[in-house]
Amino acid sequence: MPHIVTDNCQGCRFTDCVTHCPVECFHGDDERLYIDPEVCIDCSACIPACPVQAIHDVIDMPDEYLPWVEINAEKAQILPVVKTKQDPLPTSEARREELGF
Amino acid sequence: MTLGADHDEPVHVAVVGSGPSGFYAAEALLRSEWNTRVTMIERLPTPYGLVRSGVAPDHQTLKSVILVYDRIARSEGFHYVGNVAVGRDISISELRANFHAVILAYGAQTDRRMGIPGEDIAGSYTATEFVGWYNGHPDYRDLDFDLSSPVAVIIGQGNVAADVCRILAKPIDDLRHSDIADHALEILAESKIEEIHVVGRRGPAQAKFTAKELRELGEIPNCIAEVHPDDCALNEASAAEIADRANAGALKNMKLFREFAEHTKSSNTGSTKGLRRIRFHFRLSPKAIIGNERVERVAFFRNRLHGPAFAQIAHPTSGVEEIDCGLVFRSIGYRGASLPGVPFDEARGVIPNEAGRVIDRGAYAHGLFVTGWIKRGPQGIIGTNRADSLETVESLIADLPALTRARKPGFKGLIALIEDRDVRPVDLAEWLVIDETETARGRAKDKPREKITRVEEMLALLSQRPQRPHVKQ
Repeated sequence: MPHIVTDNCQGCRFTDCVTHCPVECFHGDDERLYIDPEVCIDCSACIPACPVQAIHDVIDMPDEYLPWVEINAEKAQILPVVKTKQDPLPTSEARREELGF
Repeated sequence: MTLGADHDEPVHVAVVGSGPSGFYAAEALLRSEWNTRVTMIERLPTPYGLVRSGVAPDHQTLKSVILVYDRIARSEGFHYVGNVAVGRDISISELRANFHAVILAYGAQTDRRMGIPGEDIAGSYTATEFVGWYNGHPDYRDLDFDLSSPVAVIIGQGNVAADVCRILAKPIDDLRHSDIADHALEILAESKIEEIHVVGRRGPAQAKFTAKELRELGEIPNCIAEVHPDDCALNEASAAEIADRANAGALKNMKLFREFAEHTKSSNTGSTKGLRRIRFHFRLSPKAIIGNERVERVAFFRNRLHGPAFAQIAHPTSGVEEIDCGLVFRSIGYRGASLPGVPFDEARGVIPNEAGRVIDRGAYAHGLFVTGWIKRGPQGIIGTNRADSLETVESLIADLPALTRARKPGFKGLIALIEDRDVRPVDLAEWLVIDETETARGRAKDKPREKITRVEEMLALLSQRPQRPHVKQ
């Protein structure tokens, strides 16, 4: 059971998860990140690292996030690995506030 | 003169310890703009620290992080020097003389003591000993665990306690195809344990388990996890703690404990014969471990929680509770040990530092750095060490212009130093021989690996090879 990045990442892209990931399983484009389920070892280190709780363990997440399982798997295949922390998107602070974190 | 930056004369860094924090430090150094050479020094012949000897054998997915370390170890500019103990075979000052920088990443290998009567009575063990033993760590290989008593008590409610509990509770056939050490499998197969009591100082909302580990304890075949329904009643401050969105893990734990409490109600009416039971207890602090020659019971103070949310402290009341048992596992946390020649914070069991720079009597110890559990204390999981080591290496890189004014011999200097000492270093190729032997032995038993649990046996495998790594003069 992998971990997945859900919609809270959109508009934030804080990328703190990347420095906590022991296996470099995060891929991304200019908007957000995705987890490669083939590489993720289910350690959960990224979950508390995300300032907007965008990351969930598939085993205990609300059903509304189910579509994200396939989206993460697909996007991770085609997007490059994000190896280092990057600056958050300019919209990140407004988005964080909107999400209530 | 500044070395490294212009890619001719390399910067030499020694990393002491080969667990996750050491490997992530090595990775960050080798990826930096500087021309770095990393020499990793490990006390055992085998690398990977607690990923090899701490992560439970039934968590193989987590252990697969080793593939990342293997890739780092094979990078250009990386040297592995196993079976060399810093502080015994070579001193810190010798390392500092031979390397531009030294990163201490040797973890926290001892246990915190409870400081109560009977702590060391027969039948009372530390979780560290038990974990090291079932994981085939040479230091714990010859310990004798007597699992002939039907009741065990685990003191502590963190993930190590969860591992100990799971290994004791799982049906033996569920462990046979893990990489658990054979000597442990034999003893566990004869285990008479029926009840495991897992005891915490504070309440269910403050239990340190990650929800993932706690959930697993409720999913063990032929085993029920129980919580007394009254224990799930929370005081106002605890209710506020689990309502905080930043504390999502505690809320998940609380949901699991409440599920266990539901099962407990129904299991009291049905038959539970032939099942193992895990029973969680809260708000109990150990008072004494009692017994004549062996453990017979543990006495606890009943605690009350006082204080505001997230700062609640457990105060003992006059109430005392006892649990009859034949076995105790103390799992109240690891503790770092000091190293000769390195400052040490005795109270916290860590090396004092600022962002990874070691602090000695108020000043930076030039070129000395620290990362991982010996830097921040024994908290966090594998990935936490990556972020931690990135911070330390960032400090180190910032200091490099000042640290690289002289040439240092690095790896070659280290090997030359130990050449005349009674030391038998193990290099990467030799570790890979041990690794291959272990996986081949595992294959024969349908296990991912059968660990070699004695250092002499590991070295005997290598005896046909040159006694010392070849160093070009």
